[in-house]
Amino acid sequence: MTRDEIHARVQEVLAEVLGIDEEEVTPRATLTGDLGAESIDFLDIVFRLEQAFDIKIEQGELFPENLQQDSTYVQDGVLTEAGLNALRERLPHAEIDAIAGDPRLGRVGEIFTVDAIINFVERKLGAAA
Amino acid sequence: MRWLWIDRILALEPGRRLIACKAISLSEPHLHQHFPASGDLPALPLAPAPLIIEGMAQTGGLLAGHARGFKDDVVLAKLRKAELEFEVLPGATIEFEATLVAIDAQGASVDGLVRVKDPAWDAPRDLGAIDLMFAHVPAERDSLLAAEAFRTLISGSVLAGGDGVGQMIV
Repeated sequence: MTRDEIHARVQEVLAEVLGIDEEEVTPRATLTGDLGAESIDFLDIVFRLEQAFDIKIEQGELFPENLQQDSTYVQDGVLTEAGLNALRERLPHAEIDAIAGDPRLGRVGEIFTVDAIINFVERKLGAAA
Repeated sequence: MRWLWIDRILALEPGRRLIACKAISLSEPHLHQHFPASGDLPALPLAPAPLIIEGMAQTGGLLAGHARGFKDDVVLAKLRKAELEFEVLPGATIEFEATLVAIDAQGASVDGLVRVKDPAWDAPRDLGAIDLMFAHVPAERDSLLAAEAFRTLISGSVLAGGDGVGQMIV
């Protein structure tokens, strides 16, 4: 499957899950900030991607979990260098450097772009091939 | 207390599909508020759409709960789609068919189809689709199974290994 084909299918999934037009699902759009995703939508997205691409996504594989409970990773509402590195390791599909200059926890949502999901699916399909 | 919006569980494919039904009766007091006579307009008692959604949520919630042995509470978290094509009048029976799309420790996705059987029709008609997301949360004392009404519904039904006639054979 080409990246364009993955993009088209991700567009369909996000438009259906979030109740928006496919045209709004641009590569740089962030799920929470631009597309209005809420916490339950992230689980919905995971379920629908599994269906659409016939893949299995483990809990925490696409979106990180339990980050803010770990004081090694978050101090005073800001991601530490260790936290940023943990994100880089756990989420190779996301552009962590986009928030590295100002790593407040509230900005973590900015790394979940449409592009990050396309990268994730591309890696999963590549690994399965 | 919970307001039960299922009368009987009709069929179960564990982890896949659950069908339940609800008869709409003019003796239900809320129908007289929805809608009462107003001015020159006569009363128009209808099954309220939000309660039809509630019936599908209860059907889907039972399906998801049963799939994980009722070890979590199943909480409606998102109404992705609700498209209902016509009004349901007293005397009709609504049939809820819930299909489990996906489920894990965090939650479940359920797609629902709603059909209506009306004595005035030769065959059931599709009312529409209701798709839902549920979140799993740790079970509490006021969980679904702790509610007497739900225990009565489930007792003897296919969910409890019965023959599908539900509470009628208890």
